[in-house]
Amino acid sequence: MGDRAAPLVVLDSVSRSYSAGGGLFRPRRTMQAVDQVTLALQRGEITGVVGESGCGKSTLARLITGLIAPSAGHVRFEDADLATLGAPALRAMRRRMQMVFQDPYSSIDPRFSIRDAVLEPFEVQGIGLTEAEADARVAALLTMVGLDPSLGGNYPHHLSGGQKQRVGIARALALEPSLVVLDEPTASLDVSIQAQIIALLEALHARLGLTYVFISHDLRLVRYFCTRIVVMYLGAVVEILPEPQARPRHPYTLALMASTFVPDPTRRREVQPITGEIASPYDRPPGCAFAARCPRASALCRSERPLLVETAGHAIACHHPLE
Amino acid sequence: MALLTLDTIAVTIGQAEPLDRLSLDIDRGEILGIVGESGSGKSMTALAIMGLLPLIGGKVSAGAIRFDGVELTKLPEADYRRLRGKRMALITQNPMTSLDPIRTVGAQIDQVGTLHMGMRAEAARERSIEIMEQLRIPDAATVHGQYPHQLSGGMKQRIVIAMALMGEPDLIVADEPTTALDVTIQAQIIQILVDLVRQRGLALILITHDMGVVAQACDKVAVLYAGRLAEFAAVGEIFASPRHPYTRALIGCIAKEGQASGSLVGIPGTIPGVFAYPSGCRYHPRCALAVPACAVNVPPEQRLGAARVACDWVTEVAHG
Ligand SMILES: Nc1ncnc2c1ncn2[C@@H]1O[C@H](COP(=O)(O)OP(=O)(O)OP(=O)(O)O)[C@@H](O)[C@H]1O
Ligand SMILES: Nc1ncnc2c1ncn2[C@@H]1O[C@H](COP(=O)(O)OP(=O)(O)OP(=O)(O)O)[C@@H](O)[C@H]1O
Ligand code: SF4
Ligand SMILES: [Mg+2]
Ligand SMILES: [Mg+2]
Repeated sequence: MGDRAAPLVVLDSVSRSYSAGGGLFRPRRTMQAVDQVTLALQRGEITGVVGESGCGKSTLARLITGLIAPSAGHVRFEDADLATLGAPALRAMRRRMQMVFQDPYSSIDPRFSIRDAVLEPFEVQGIGLTEAEADARVAALLTMVGLDPSLGGNYPHHLSGGQKQRVGIARALALEPSLVVLDEPTASLDVSIQAQIIALLEALHARLGLTYVFISHDLRLVRYFCTRIVVMYLGAVVEILPEPQARPRHPYTLALMASTFVPDPTRRREVQPITGEIASPYDRPPGCAFAARCPRASALCRSERPLLVETAGHAIACHHPLE
Repeated sequence: MALLTLDTIAVTIGQAEPLDRLSLDIDRGEILGIVGESGSGKSMTALAIMGLLPLIGGKVSAGAIRFDGVELTKLPEADYRRLRGKRMALITQNPMTSLDPIRTVGAQIDQVGTLHMGMRAEAARERSIEIMEQLRIPDAATVHGQYPHQLSGGMKQRIVIAMALMGEPDLIVADEPTTALDVTIQAQIIQILVDLVRQRGLALILITHDMGVVAQACDKVAVLYAGRLAEFAAVGEIFASPRHPYTRALIGCIAKEGQASGSLVGIPGTIPGVFAYPSGCRYHPRCALAVPACAVNVPPEQRLGAARVACDWVTEVAHG
């Protein structure tokens, strides 16, 4: 099982680059979808990852779960470097880390029944189950995620969005993982159903002692659900809030908070949205990636890239952090 | 009299009746939020107001819609079209439903001026750029000559708003205008819309899933459930003292500042489809307060001051 105090997953300066173009007249260009991310996930923690579209959240999720390999740096799961594992060892390791997607059925054949979908992870891992064992597993898993076991014979088009997401969670839990990476699992759901799913995830976390990475656009939800928050901008981590209510010190985190509408009409405030838009990752500015939108930016910010510096668990990559 | 009044309207599309006895009103300078789960009838309401139901084979089958004294449900399509280009505008989630991909965005804004406002080409162009600058589009003159695919989602949505403003509308209906956008861009767009109402005194109907947006931007709120009005009240009342059990449940689904983990519950079950509406109060199968009578009687709207609530519990009649 390994040392309980040691982190479950360690990302050591992990990057992932992609290239585009390379036609007759266009030079091939490269960008960093994830840019030198260093991060440790402690057991039992719920790490929230926030940031706007394209900042690299899903790429980070796929790196953490070994679905893609880093172009630089190392991902260690319980001290084993995923890059050095052979295919069988990596497959065995993948049992321990699962992903839940925004649209759980996008990767499942729509002709699969709910039962087939829940049993697929066993098949992928080559775990043979007798019919009776399979029945028992399906019933137990569906019950665990709050679905009636009799739904097993149904097909995805019979299910509501919330029910499909429960099936996605049942699949992820089938092989009793230690780590579950949730990539915007509630983004397409109504708040009423989103709250149901979050309550389910909370209950499972407590019962099974899981470690979560929870990716979301919704800072409000992340502050409620997570035990700490990682803020990304253009592929890089710009701030790690050690607890969800910690005061943001990076200007971008502050801008994200200021852009989040507080659901209380007695606390109205003039939103002062930051201007401008996210730079293209193919034209990453030389200094701080946020400088063009940042009210605190100086000449230093435009020339020199700020490093992520940690004090008392609170990490910030900014030349002029807020107090 | 209110600028726009929906008076007990029903909408039918073939056999389906996605709206039933809906009454709403909004005046100049007001922002009316419409909320409710997916499928509750928010977009149908927008289409009914804009006279666009025929596009999906539907119609307003009962009731009346009055806009500045004119009954819209009987308006000939040609008159309605003129109204849509000028005095009322629709902004949808996907700006590309309003934009032509093969023409520059500037030409499309200009056209509203030349077609509907009788402007000459040069005056229209000047006015377009002026509006674009008011919407804080950087380098408006350059953007004026660009094509939609060259612009980000947030920028395209601003172009659609610019097209709407070119007609100097009295009413804007915005159906989830920021759902597809990032939070910092969403905040910019919502702020622009709110400023327009405050500065120009136009009326804005804001359809949204985000109760945060409602709390920060709206003056009054209509909560829809399964094609009917659940509650219609001032925004302060909706959040501080929601009276319909559905409104209460909906408010309870939002994680509040500093809310203890494990205390979010959600609403059990799911909203029924248009062909599976339950009898009586349509919310009764999911309602924590339901009694047997709720499954039988359609609750009439109770008036409480300026608010309306479609649930017997609020006045405690019919429940012993
Ligand atoms: N397979 C790929 N090939 C090329 N580029 C990619 C690939 N996957 C991701 N990217 C790019 O990497 C960047 C990060 O993408 P990613 O999907 O990780 O962002 P995200 O934060 O998850 O965004 P969203 O919130 O929209 O889901 C984007 O610019 C994206 O276009
Ligand atoms: N063309 C159609 N024919 C019949 N019923 C329809 C049609 N389009 C939509 N409906 C139904 O009408 C009801 C109201 O739909 P509407 O689009 O107004 O919901 P909404 O509140 O806007 O939801 P969302 O939040 O998902 O946009 C739904 O039950 C929907 O399934
Ligand atoms: S480094 Fe400079 S530009 Fe970047 S966030 Fe900090 S103050 Fe702003
Ligand atoms: Mg993503
Ligand atoms: Mg809609």
